[in-house]
Amino acid sequence: MPNVIASDGTIRQDNWVVVPRPAEGESLDIPSAQPALIPADLWLAGYEHFTGRQDIGVWFDSHDEPEILEGRVNELPVIAVNFPKFSDGRGYSIGRLLRERFGYVNELRAIGDVLLDQLQFMKRCGFDAYVLRPDKDITKAQRCLNFFSQGYQAATDTDIPLFRRRAS
Amino acid sequence: MYVYDEHDRQMAAERVAQFRDQTERALAGELAEDEFLPLRLQNGLYVQRLAPMLRICVPYGMLRSDQLRRLARITRDYDKGYAHFTTRQNVQLNWPALEDVPDILAELAEVEMHANQTSGNCIRNTTTDQFSGVQSDEIADPRPYCEIIRQWSTFHPEFAFLPRKFKVAVNASEHTDRAAIQVHDIGLQMVRNDAGELGFRVHVGGGLGRTPMVGPVIREFLPELDLLTYLEAVLRVYNRYGRRDNKFKARIKILVKALTPEGFAEKVEAEWQHIKDSPSRLTREAIERIQAYFTEPDYADLANATDLLAKQRFENREFDQWLAHNVDTHKKPGYAIVTLTMKKTGTPPGDVTDRQLEQIADLADDYSFGEVRVTHQQNVVLADVRQDRLLELWQAITPMGFGTANLNTLTDVICCPGGDYCALANAKSIPVAEAIQRKFDDLDYLYDLGNIDLNISGCMNACGHHHVGNIGVLGVDKKGEEFYQISLGGSSHHDAAIGKILGPSFAREEMPEVIAKIIDVYVDKRTEEETFLDTYRRVGIDPFKERVYA
Repeated sequence: MPNVIASDGTIRQDNWVVVPRPAEGESLDIPSAQPALIPADLWLAGYEHFTGRQDIGVWFDSHDEPEILEGRVNELPVIAVNFPKFSDGRGYSIGRLLRERFGYVNELRAIGDVLLDQLQFMKRCGFDAYVLRPDKDITKAQRCLNFFSQGYQAATDTDIPLFRRRAS
Repeated sequence: MYVYDEHDRQMAAERVAQFRDQTERALAGELAEDEFLPLRLQNGLYVQRLAPMLRICVPYGMLRSDQLRRLARITRDYDKGYAHFTTRQNVQLNWPALEDVPDILAELAEVEMHANQTSGNCIRNTTTDQFSGVQSDEIADPRPYCEIIRQWSTFHPEFAFLPRKFKVAVNASEHTDRAAIQVHDIGLQMVRNDAGELGFRVHVGGGLGRTPMVGPVIREFLPELDLLTYLEAVLRVYNRYGRRDNKFKARIKILVKALTPEGFAEKVEAEWQHIKDSPSRLTREAIERIQAYFTEPDYADLANATDLLAKQRFENREFDQWLAHNVDTHKKPGYAIVTLTMKKTGTPPGDVTDRQLEQIADLADDYSFGEVRVTHQQNVVLADVRQDRLLELWQAITPMGFGTANLNTLTDVICCPGGDYCALANAKSIPVAEAIQRKFDDLDYLYDLGNIDLNISGCMNACGHHHVGNIGVLGVDKKGEEFYQISLGGSSHHDAAIGKILGPSFAREEMPEVIAKIIDVYVDKRTEEETFLDTYRRVGIDPFKERVYA
């Protein structure tokens, strides 16, 4: 069971499993007794079957377009975004679009090559659950989520940039 | 000049604490080399051929005298007593120890300096014209907008891991472009529309490197209040769609070319519609608040010292030459803009010792309200010098080595650190610059040749901006030997152009003679009024080819 870090740094365990994209011609291998995250486009393709289920969420890869779920995001209990490599920054834009443009309010989970020093960027871009790469020291997550007490610019965490806070 | 408030100070301190923590984890083996890499790069730290190199940010080139003195102290305490002014208006130290860098950053933070985002695949230091605020033909002072962009881009959570580095430049002059905005990822030209409102013409996708390109205009007029939301839209499109599979195709220019400028502009426009009216839209008060830091210094009420200067020039020919080349017209009567050249032959272009940094600080205090500007030509500007003190200043700087009256001439070379220091370089650049400076040591001849931009890069990364030199020199590696390829006809000004390659490359020792032949062709072919670039544009590259490869 993965350790999941929340934005306040507390750690919990849950049993959401990430179901990889099936090979060409194969079908999705969804475990029967565990909640599962499936590729977002496949959730949409099987919408009739999956909608309303609290044990099915989706995941986006970094090159995927979150636009495909516009209008439906809040039907999902969990959306995950995969960082295939920590230096691939597309997931930050995906996070912000899901929250700020499509109004997603449930759990947004960072998965993949999730390291300590990127946690605060993820938090600012709307993520609120983080599955740290297992070789990293999870006890340092809280500190790394809070290196900065504020930011200059607006993001998902606050829509008020510093120049407006200074004025008030 | 901008002064930190409690918010800036707090974030600067938090950044130092963060990097100290990261460095400790890296030294303890908790961060792999490739995991630490972008963290140290975004704090200015490269690992170079001989030692780490620390690139310190000088926002849009502005430095106060106390900051110069602190830099001098840091070069003494942590380095070998000298520093290097870069072609991006920043300052580099060549020999700091990795474990000292958090302490150096803490010392910098005490004087409101940092090394944030001076490297790495993020938004870099925004640059502008070194004569901002003191020239008469500017639309508005661009520095407040540069500072607004600096704050917006600092630690931006969405854009810390872009496909590649990202550079923004702002120009406000109507007639000149000293910031070379058309060869930046984003170039912002300040303009007024027909209604007299202030805004920007937005160029996106210019750049040097392996695929040099002049940035096309993707928006003719962007109102000033929309600056940040529009930048955010451009960056978001780039972050999502810029190529990440090939480092050499990852700059925004490749995306703009692939989508066409019109297609790219449409995508940006669509993104921008969603965010243009968000609270990130600037307010008049926010701009005015930053503008208040860039008010005029306490100028004396003076008349132009025309008669005095005429007399002094008549009596002293060298002073006359210096005045003609290294001093520019100021918007305020009785004042002048002085460029201190860091191009004395025998010294690597842009290099200064700790003592020279302190001398520059003293000059700033004595002659120019305690401030200087660093130029992308690797020189230093005293922007507010009284005309009646120019002779005294010239006498003071000549023994310091800052008075070489070669500004904008052939020997005012732009030059990267090259193979002497840089791990990326294919070839040395500094000895080439020096050999050319030695060949052309007759100032009268240089003046007769007029303005010629000679730019030298030690590799394709083009830190020496060779593509936009009237004469560009690129170091190349041929079977382990250093050779130099020449291009002609480049320009970084309003008439921006990428130079054309002359032909096969040359060995280092041939270079001064080759440059001399190129200059000879110009002297033979020019008409009375023509600059080197004018002549090149009229006669084309063939006469140069014929002479050089004869």
